Amino acid sequence: MKSKPSGPVSTPFSSAVADAGIAAFIALLLTSLVLGLRTTDTPAGLVLVPRTGLVVLAVSIVFFGRLLLNMLRGKKIPSNLRINTLAEYHSRFFVWARKYSGRIFLTAAFLLPLILLLAERQTGARMPLRYWFDIATLVLTYIMLGWGLNIVVGLAGLLDLGYVAFYAVGAYSYGLLAQHFGFSFWICLPLAGLLAAFWGIILGFPVLRLRGDYLAIVTLAFGEMIRIVLLNWYQFTGGPDGLSGIPRPDFFGLTFKRFGDHTFHGFLGIEYSSLYRILFLYYIILMLALLTNAVSRRLRRLPVGRAWEAMREDEIACRSLGINTVNTKLTAFATGAMFGGFAGSFFATRQGFISPESFTFIESAIILAIVVLGGMGSQAGIVIASIVMIGGFELLRNMQGLKLVFGDGFDPSLYRMLLFGMAMVAIMVWRPGGLVSARRPTIFLTSGKTERDKRARKGEKQ
Amino acid sequence: MSKSLSKHTPLLDVRNLTMKFGGLIAVNALCFEARRNEITAIIGPNGAGKTTVFNCLTGFYKPDRGAIILTDKDGRSHSLERMSDFRINNKARVARTFQNIRLFGGMSVLENLLVAQHHKLMRASGLTIGALLGLVSYREKEREAVEKASYWLEKTGLTNRADDLAGDLPYGDQRRLEIARAMCTEPRLLCLDEPAAGLNPGETKILNELLLDIRDQQNISILLIEHDMSVVMEISDHIVVLDYGCKISEGSPEHVRNDPGVIAAYLGVEDESEVRL
Amino acid sequence: MEYFLQQLVNGVTLGSIYGLVAIGYTMVYGIIGMINFAHGDIFMIGSFVSLIVILGLFSVGITWIPLALVLVLAISMMITSAWGWIVERLAYRPLRNSFRLAPLITAIGMSITLQNFVQIVQGARVKPLPPVITGHFTLMEKDGFAVQISLMQIIIIMTTIFLMMAFSWLIGNTGLGRAQRACEQDRTMAALLGIDVDRTISLTFVIGAALAAVAGLMYLLYYGVIDFYIGFVAGIKAFTAAVLGGIGSLPGAMLGGLVIGLIETFWSAYFSVEYKDVAAFSTLAIVLIFMPSGLLGKPETEKV
Repeated sequence: MKSKPSGPVSTPFSSAVADAGIAAFIALLLTSLVLGLRTTDTPAGLVLVPRTGLVVLAVSIVFFGRLLLNMLRGKKIPSNLRINTLAEYHSRFFVWARKYSGRIFLTAAFLLPLILLLAERQTGARMPLRYWFDIATLVLTYIMLGWGLNIVVGLAGLLDLGYVAFYAVGAYSYGLLAQHFGFSFWICLPLAGLLAAFWGIILGFPVLRLRGDYLAIVTLAFGEMIRIVLLNWYQFTGGPDGLSGIPRPDFFGLTFKRFGDHTFHGFLGIEYSSLYRILFLYYIILMLALLTNAVSRRLRRLPVGRAWEAMREDEIACRSLGINTVNTKLTAFATGAMFGGFAGSFFATRQGFISPESFTFIESAIILAIVVLGGMGSQAGIVIASIVMIGGFELLRNMQGLKLVFGDGFDPSLYRMLLFGMAMVAIMVWRPGGLVSARRPTIFLTSGKTERDKRARKGEKQ
Repeated sequence: MSKSLSKHTPLLDVRNLTMKFGGLIAVNALCFEARRNEITAIIGPNGAGKTTVFNCLTGFYKPDRGAIILTDKDGRSHSLERMSDFRINNKARVARTFQNIRLFGGMSVLENLLVAQHHKLMRASGLTIGALLGLVSYREKEREAVEKASYWLEKTGLTNRADDLAGDLPYGDQRRLEIARAMCTEPRLLCLDEPAAGLNPGETKILNELLLDIRDQQNISILLIEHDMSVVMEISDHIVVLDYGCKISEGSPEHVRNDPGVIAAYLGVEDESEVRL
Repeated sequence: MEYFLQQLVNGVTLGSIYGLVAIGYTMVYGIIGMINFAHGDIFMIGSFVSLIVILGLFSVGITWIPLALVLVLAISMMITSAWGWIVERLAYRPLRNSFRLAPLITAIGMSITLQNFVQIVQGARVKPLPPVITGHFTLMEKDGFAVQISLMQIIIIMTTIFLMMAFSWLIGNTGLGRAQRACEQDRTMAALLGIDVDRTISLTFVIGAALAAVAGLMYLLYYGVIDFYIGFVAGIKAFTAAVLGGIGSLPGAMLGGLVIGLIETFWSAYFSVEYKDVAAFSTLAIVLIFMPSGLLGKPETEKV
């Protein structure tokens, strides 16, 4: 394997074959039972159904894949394809991307949905707009969650594996406040954020003294505890049935219902379409996400944000400089929780129904993965990671075309999480620092543009 | 304030300081003083308990017994042994550096120095909320902080590295940056844990000048742990010698240099090359 | 009283299983300082492999239970170890020197991958196995309530004790154990002294996976039903146990496992089944607040 020197033992080819043979043998060991024998229910109990073909397939894929890799390893790659050339293009691309991508992305995020909507109206072409808007909304929700968690993990360096707890607190806050008091979304949104921040402080206070990994397991435990309470406190939270009939948000008093007094389409004098509501939700989450982004960018440039980052770098040095690290951690935890709470109440109003099922550990893991895969502390990286991991895999769910390749029994959604997990591993191994890993200082001594350009060029060279 | 007060009450008064780790007595009933506007050096063989004294002083360890009293210019005294680490810096104004440098390596040099001015800036930013909502003018205060930072960058000769990552600086620069960072907290007492370790003779000379400047121009007292005798003998006003957690000698460089007990302690445990007292 | 004793027996059994899985977490954490999130899923794979081997053996006519069990144990340990090894090789070794969170993310990714892999190839339905080992002893009987310990429970507890002793000996007295402890202290120095660090780490994963396979088999035989999701639940509990006991400490993992098992069982018995996990997690939080290094962990003085 790789740990062995790739140098030839006898001839390059025979050693490559031998190595591939070892890999194939390991693959056989791994797959022979788990893949090769399927446990199947029969009236007489479980029986094993052999699937030799699959094992042969898997083993030969490993064998020939490994062989190919071994053969390629020694070969000279033409100079114009060398990795460093690629890396250079790559970093030049990133310098360019950093400069303009934000603006382009933002403009597109604002205008594209409207253009698409108008285009459909004008041309009469049938586009799956509802589906597209739904995916965009979902991606934006994760972007917002990623940006929120980034404050805790990326800036303050606190490993939080239970972020979903605050998402849940936000969602249930809105659901319950709306159900019991009839509060509207716009009143509940700040309340949900505050409640989540409050919970962040309550949960954070006793445990933030713990060092890194202990904190991770305790936050994970808190996340699970909140879910279990939501699941079992039947009278209050509806238990596994969850809360339904959560009211939709209104637009300055205008609803998006088909019938009623103050409706959006009635006010504008246009024909009713359920798309308006979807689009409205899209713009809400876009604004919320941008708010999260603006606030966390601003915080980074304020003393508290610098203290967060300093704490991530060296907690002891922070304390020697007179910074109360417990309080500083709490502010990070609470701020992150607050944005989780906002996102949660948006989730509740978008779905109209919430149940503990939506707030499992896997959600926390996905959000954390987005933050780390994006490049810790990088706002742009989180956007890219969300689009790839959430948008990409959401699209995969509906790729019916794959059925042509793999046969009719193929269900892409079944493979979605498998590929998701594999992508997490692959991206991390490929770019251990995350997709966008460069950090820009929050302040420059020579605030002139020349200095920044110099830095940008320097970054390019690396 | 009256000169008499500062002459007669020492800035730092350590009495009967004792610190045990399990069965090991790292510091044993240590008493010493650090006077105002002086450089006090603590020397001693490795394992003599010097860094432990520092850690007790700056609140990272809670001493088992003893008192550490810092009296400021207004005559107010602070019992450091009862204060938590961040308050010691914040209220009693004791700043420190670390034996194995602890910079915020992923942040720029300038950012390192701004973090050191956290409290001032935090107040200026209206505890963040004010600045976030645009209620206070934070810019002005931040500019002042940057000015202070550039003053110390100038002093330490790091101005042209201000926007580089602290972790990318060479070793000697990192040492000086740590001192600059400590100075940005506006301390009364600056505790330096082996500031000359790993420096070449040229860098050591620059360091000496910097420390003398801090003492004479800024009127700040320095407490110093150092092995490099060219630093200790040259700039110290007063030297405390520790061995096995006990004070074995104290006095002017001249006095300590000729103390037979000190020579024995060094010769007894260290190889000869280190004992060019 | 009888009820209490019965719960004690059940709790110790559950705790033994948790403890065996917790050892895998604690050893890996000790040696490379990472939370091996996929370990729970290695346990799940161990369970599935055991199930498949048992079914296979029965179908070819090997029904003498002791022989079957030995065979199952051997095969399951071997194959599960291979899984543990490949996970380390693919997902952790390339990230040996990158920052702290990178291997955690690949670990979570691996956990998701393994879970869904098993779900796809073996189906999402629960897999029942009729009781293989039956029989029980009555410890005491009073007012019609009998305190019983089943043969299975005895086997689980005895196996755990045996494995614990064997592994304590292994870590304390063999070259591998010494290499492991050296890598825990300082990996670079260990490498400079001629220890094959990669191999030592790999072996740690292999041992952890082998123990997880034993735990998986016992879980299967004790509960008689498994699915692809058991790894997550058991994994979190076992990890909690490892942290509770003081992560990095072998006896700590076992003690933590016992404590978590007992708390869960007693909470279910006397208060409510629904909140047993909340009880276990709260205990963890409370213990950590007052003993930040866990029950048996070495108290860590901050090196300043």
